[in-house]
Amino acid sequence: MKNWKEKIIRLLLVASASISILIVLSIFLFLGKEALPFAFDPGLSALWGTRWIPVSFKEELFGLLPLLTGSILVTVLATAIMIPFGVLGAVYIAEIARGPERDILKPFIEILTAIPSVVIGFFGLVVLSPIIKNIFHLNTGLTALSGAVLLALMAIPTVISISEDAIRSVPKSYKEASLALGAKRLQTIFSVIVPAALPGIIAAIMLGIGRVIGETMVVLMVTGNAAKITFNPMSSVRTMTATIAAEMGEVAFGSHHYRALFWVGIILLLITFGLNVIAQKVLKRYRTVE
Amino acid sequence: MVINNPKVETEALNFYYGATQALFDVSIRIPEKKVTALIGPSGCGKSTFLRMFNRLNDIITGTHHKGRVLVDGEEIYNNHVNLVELRKKVGMVFQKSNPFPKSVFENVAYGPKIHGIKESSKLMEIVERSLKAAALWDEVKDRLSSNALGLSGGQQQRLCIARALAVEPEILLMDEPASALDPKSTSRIEDLIGELRKNYTIVIVTHNMQQAARVSDYTAFFYEGNMIEFDTTEKMFTNPGNQQTEDYITGRFG
Amino acid sequence: MENQIKDRIILWLIRLFFYFIVAIVGYIIFDIVYNGLSTLSWEFITGFPRRSGAEGGIFPAIVGTAYLVFGAIIVALPLGMASAIYLSEYARTGRFTSLVRLAITTLAGVPSIVFGLFGLGLFVIFFGFGASILSGSLTLSFMILPTIIVSSEESLRAVPMSLREGSLALGASKWQTIYKNVLPNALPGMLTGAILGIGRAAGETAPILLTVAAFYLPRLPGSIFDQVMALPYHLYVLATQHPEAEKVLPMQYGTALVLLLLVIIFNLGAIILRNHFRKKIQW
Repeated sequence: MKNWKEKIIRLLLVASASISILIVLSIFLFLGKEALPFAFDPGLSALWGTRWIPVSFKEELFGLLPLLTGSILVTVLATAIMIPFGVLGAVYIAEIARGPERDILKPFIEILTAIPSVVIGFFGLVVLSPIIKNIFHLNTGLTALSGAVLLALMAIPTVISISEDAIRSVPKSYKEASLALGAKRLQTIFSVIVPAALPGIIAAIMLGIGRVIGETMVVLMVTGNAAKITFNPMSSVRTMTATIAAEMGEVAFGSHHYRALFWVGIILLLITFGLNVIAQKVLKRYRTVE
Repeated sequence: MVINNPKVETEALNFYYGATQALFDVSIRIPEKKVTALIGPSGCGKSTFLRMFNRLNDIITGTHHKGRVLVDGEEIYNNHVNLVELRKKVGMVFQKSNPFPKSVFENVAYGPKIHGIKESSKLMEIVERSLKAAALWDEVKDRLSSNALGLSGGQQQRLCIARALAVEPEILLMDEPASALDPKSTSRIEDLIGELRKNYTIVIVTHNMQQAARVSDYTAFFYEGNMIEFDTTEKMFTNPGNQQTEDYITGRFG
Repeated sequence: MENQIKDRIILWLIRLFFYFIVAIVGYIIFDIVYNGLSTLSWEFITGFPRRSGAEGGIFPAIVGTAYLVFGAIIVALPLGMASAIYLSEYARTGRFTSLVRLAITTLAGVPSIVFGLFGLGLFVIFFGFGASILSGSLTLSFMILPTIIVSSEESLRAVPMSLREGSLALGASKWQTIYKNVLPNALPGMLTGAILGIGRAAGETAPILLTVAAFYLPRLPGSIFDQVMALPYHLYVLATQHPEAEKVLPMQYGTALVLLLLVIIFNLGAIILRNHFRKKIQW
């Protein structure tokens, strides 16, 4: 009697746990289902082009390269900003800041992860982009740089928190050995502790990059959305995420354009999935070494 | 030494944590309504052995065993054995007292409730009887509804004994029940064991030799997963048959 | 001596980097609060929008967000708790368990706009729910599922093993042990996760963009198959799509402030709850 009940409960729990697997599979399945017809007509080679002009009376063009370079430009810039701030921030929190300073400021910075991206985007639109426009004497402040600054800001708490864990899990003996040899505090931090924590810090940066590539609202609101191939930080760009968000609302279901947007989604999914898997592998190996 | 009609019995019992063997061919016959002490240096397998009798090692992943464990002559590692019935019959008290973060009353009533007793008068009766049997009633009768985590260490351990008694077990397993307690609380627990021996078969793990000598009728000495010797406590402590036992008891190692 | 001065300077540089971030966070919050406060009024919160959001209030967007969040949490909470119980109490190391874990970390990393595409493909089109509260809630629930699973599992694992052993040794079955002795002690932690999930669901824009959100719909929804306005989408529309975006700046700030307050309240609540119970339960 009781055994029955136990078995049913166990079954229900297994089923619930399986749902995560099911969701991941069906994300791939349904994105694929909507995207696939495009592979036969007009064919995948249409995606490999330098111009994205999905709505046109003459010829519709679905070249993803401008979107890809847009995402890459914003991501590279954001990463360049994120790394020094994130890593030094983690060093500061883990090794330099003391008691109350750390206890108050760490959660304060983590508020950033809670602020909705649309609010950050709004702030970028009304505060940051006018500043960038004035500093660099541009026609518009809606540039790749504006987006990158905000995206870096959003990813920094993640980078800080995971890097801090990595720094903290460096065995105390390393630090003591270095200090005992007469090394200074900073020398110890940068020649012993940070190198020992490097795998964890790299994983942290990768997860940060994953966040940056996948973020939608900020880039939609502040990068200007011009689909062109450029590597100028002061230029407007259009990222993959922003393209989906901006165009999916007005597209005809089942059209080439509609299916091309699903391809954009698949590419995004594969990139973030890859980054995630590698980051987890690095973190896992790192944790088992401890 | 011959023991007839043992309450608990093992035959050639081997136990493994993954690839590590923790028990080697242990065979023992534990008599009914006596106190049997398991002694030996830490890591010798005595606690593992104790946890075989209520199948609590089952919950550790990656373990398996060979050989037989019998309670009242019945193999307990058998697919159709009812674990609930087995653990009702074989109560356990742990090394570190582990009262649930509930009231004193709820702690003792936990077992009976699990086994289907619902009327509050009946529960009250069981709680009172169990707390009295654990010599705790006088100290807690006025605060049955306060949280058990507020009791002293010694009281918490006696509460855990009361909790085990409430399901009316026949066998009581005690895993170093006094190791975390002060001397006064320890002696109260030992007095209590002296009382309980009349009605229960008690198996107690201890690394305190004086304690084994004071409370037990029989003693088994374990070393590196083997049971080296098993005899009456009197014989073990006055005239052990094995050199290793003698070395351990006289404090030459361990 | 010279070295020491160099060290000092570097130390201060690091400090500067860190405080620069702190200052920016502070400024964002200050800017939104300072500019939004003058718009915030009873009428703004309880009123309906007029002239496509240029005047009036944001009540339908608040209600819409509340519906979406409620819908998301009643789906994600039971599923997430059950998954966490499985992972913490039942799962043995093996292929299925590592597959579940891989799925959860994958889900946590899926970009929110991809969740939107998925919701569009599955709920709006395949199941035919259309752009509706139902589609939006379900999409959001999948998105917050990993948050809830991870924090629930953490709080289950924080319950000491001795409580499980004590209960099992009394003859309680596995489920009785979990239900009566483990869950009550893990519940505060699980609720913390749920609240964080609510905060996240309330602020997300990209997934609801494609599955539910209405541009301008100054009335309350009649059923779960209706579209609704939602706070984050409303802010996006006012800031970028409104013909007089400059003039409605106060409305934008007001909406941003309400949204900010909402998520900060949820997060603070979660932190307070966690600290309260951490203090209370001492093993």
